[in-house]
Amino acid sequence: MPARRRCYNPVMITEIGHFALVLALCVALLQAVLPLYGAARGDGPLIAWARPAALAQFLFVAIAFVALMHAYAVSDFSLANVAANSNSTKPLLYKLTGVWSNHEGSMLLWVFILTLFGAAVALFGRNLPPTLRARVLAVQAMIGVGFLVFILFTSNPFLRLWPAPADGMGLNPILRDPGLAFHPPCLYLGYVGFSITFCFAVAALIEGRVDPAWARWVRPWTLAAWCALTTGIAMGSWWAYYTLGWGGWWFWDPVENASFMPWLVGTALLHSAVVVEKREALKTWTILLAIIAFSLSLIGTFLVRSGVLTSVHAFANDPMRGVFILLLICLYTGGALLLFAWRAPQLAGGGLFAPISREGGLLFNNLLLTTAAATVLIGTLYPLFLDIIAHQKVSVGPPFYDMTFVPIMVPLLIAMAVGPMLPWKRGDLYAALSRLKVAFVVTAAAALVTLAATGAHSIGAACGLALAAWLFAATMTELAERVRLAADPRGALRRALHLPRATWGMILAHGGMAVVIAGITGSNAWTQERIVDARPGDKIELAGYTVALDAVNQVSGPDYTATRADMRLLRNDREIAQLHPEKRFFPVENGNATGVAIRTNLLADVYAVIGDPDGKGGYTLRLYWNPLVPWIWLGAAAMALGGIVSLTDRRHRVGAPARRRREIAAATVQAAE
Amino acid sequence: MIWRRWSFALPVVIFAGLAAGLYYGLQNDNESLPSALIDQPAPTFQLASLPGHEPGFSSADLAGHVSLVNTFASWCTPCRAEHPVLQALAATKRVPIYGIDYKDKEDAAVAWIAALGNPYTRIGADDGRVGIDWGVYGVPETFIVDRQGRIRYKHVGPLTQADLERKILPLVAKLQK
Repeated sequence: MPARRRCYNPVMITEIGHFALVLALCVALLQAVLPLYGAARGDGPLIAWARPAALAQFLFVAIAFVALMHAYAVSDFSLANVAANSNSTKPLLYKLTGVWSNHEGSMLLWVFILTLFGAAVALFGRNLPPTLRARVLAVQAMIGVGFLVFILFTSNPFLRLWPAPADGMGLNPILRDPGLAFHPPCLYLGYVGFSITFCFAVAALIEGRVDPAWARWVRPWTLAAWCALTTGIAMGSWWAYYTLGWGGWWFWDPVENASFMPWLVGTALLHSAVVVEKREALKTWTILLAIIAFSLSLIGTFLVRSGVLTSVHAFANDPMRGVFILLLICLYTGGALLLFAWRAPQLAGGGLFAPISREGGLLFNNLLLTTAAATVLIGTLYPLFLDIIAHQKVSVGPPFYDMTFVPIMVPLLIAMAVGPMLPWKRGDLYAALSRLKVAFVVTAAAALVTLAATGAHSIGAACGLALAAWLFAATMTELAERVRLAADPRGALRRALHLPRATWGMILAHGGMAVVIAGITGSNAWTQERIVDARPGDKIELAGYTVALDAVNQVSGPDYTATRADMRLLRNDREIAQLHPEKRFFPVENGNATGVAIRTNLLADVYAVIGDPDGKGGYTLRLYWNPLVPWIWLGAAAMALGGIVSLTDRRHRVGAPARRRREIAAATVQAAE
Repeated sequence: MIWRRWSFALPVVIFAGLAAGLYYGLQNDNESLPSALIDQPAPTFQLASLPGHEPGFSSADLAGHVSLVNTFASWCTPCRAEHPVLQALAATKRVPIYGIDYKDKEDAAVAWIAALGNPYTRIGADDGRVGIDWGVYGVPETFIVDRQGRIRYKHVGPLTQADLERKILPLVAKLQK
């Protein structure tokens, strides 16, 4: 029945997607101009235009995104993008995630998330003053216009290839992992989420007013972006750990740095917004942070896309695109900073505070976090800039970061423990420290036990663990005091359940940070590595375990063949686990990927990689014992969870304050009756 | 008070500098960064060995044949990406590759070589001083040195198979004639 077949036409769906993207650009153009003009003129209908426009823009980009996903799902190789990045033999999961495995598709994902946030503001921002909401959405649409033009003119995923090839070239083997389904979208949710705080900042500069209400509206968006970015970075690091097979989890690669810088500034922003909300201080600083956080996200995009720096991540090196993104950065960051220079001096200053106070502590945190971000930025761009200024040749690697990052983080972590103990306006450092007696004891004990257990040469590790113990103990002290654990242990649980969610968020996030620090310290200090040439039947000793290599086989997966080792992990001759590391070969892509075998007991990982055959029946095996490494991700998960819990706090729930007030009013009326 | 006002313009000024730098970086062709040392004699040097990879590497080793000199470090991520390419090239025995282990910890470098394989005829450990003489900008970098010991080409960044086939090997073959 040819008539029925016409109803479903894959080629048509792609064309609809392409057309929807053009429509999205048209809507974005109107959304960028009309509400802004309306807000300046006090024109109600034009102001009201922003919300439906944001929803329509989201809808059109969503159609385009789904259409591209569809083209990947049905392997429509007449699309150049699909032909270059997919293959008919791929499992469906990797066909779908292949959408953002490449430059064009990932830029479409970027814009999709941008418009998703815009639609969220339109839907959930009902309690925002209409002019502020109109301006926020207009600024967001300006970003949308820039990136939609970028996609349509330099990186269009809907371009056709004629004649269509019989099959696609496949997906980079390193990306062929379930991690691809989560890591890039999470990271983009974080990157692009900061666009909302950026828009709020620019809108506030246009309005010329920053007040506690503004900070209250901005905080949930900052929190949401921060949670996503934390999760995204942690996932990326975990992914690198288990797929690259290098045993490491962070490499100070320019692209890793690109995601870490917005995180540092976003963390600072999260804390300074509290000061604006509670005390009306640090207003202009908070605005500046909001601009910088998103600008660093843009610079991150630029670094990944332009190939200006050498990195393993830079898969789309095209100077033309680099110039275009740089132009967009100049437009948005430059424009926002010019607006800042012009309008920020007129913002009224806020409450005064003593250096030793909650505000003082948060300011200290901000200074250190931004210094850390600046350090990473300098480290990332140093080779480029020193060459320009002095024609000198340098290299920047972990030695630079070890030297500069540790001295910044140590005071930050020490202060992080004390900060929450200080009251607003004016605090008493001695009183706060005297509440931390238990924490002092725990810290000293952690340092001494570490030194006693591992010898005097691990002083650095002892300091690291002591720092982690200090932060953890102080955070728990704070929790214990809040629920009055010592005075009334029985009622403590009930009080714990009634603590504000934001407090729980803080405790989870700070406690999680302590766990991360312990994990980093353990991994830096005590990792053991064995590299051996082994034959089936050999046994290798590793950190009190024995790894028995029983056999090496050739196996085949859905789209690869693999050399697979059968190993047993033994402790005192008792089998604990089986390990099956693989070295996979992908014939379509003519590339290899490592399948690492990891056995964790949450205290340490045993990590096994199989390498090349030596031609004499043996294989190169790399075995690592990575103590405390799982804590890095456990801690990061606790931090992200803290952010989510805090996000559900009553104050951040949309319309919640109003509802609560009504309930109280109703209760009072009832009581009066 | 005028200073307070101007201080608000500081971020945009800093940003302008940053943007100009990034623009300059884009214009710079990353791959064939001109070196002041092209066609100059390679510097004279003597580098100590890594433990287990004796002897070290000195300028005398380069005399009389065409060779590649590659800088690397165990902390360098792109070097890992490049390493299989070097391994494959070494297996063909078309040209000897000499390694300069740049600003690295000895044991880390030894472990790195043990894990990934050793494509190098000789390896010298450099604390950075010899690298400066070679005009090393970062790692990895690869130089082609001719029979007379002159630097004929410099490649910045990780080598890919395509770089080898298009640039490195044709020039090596020409110099070897």
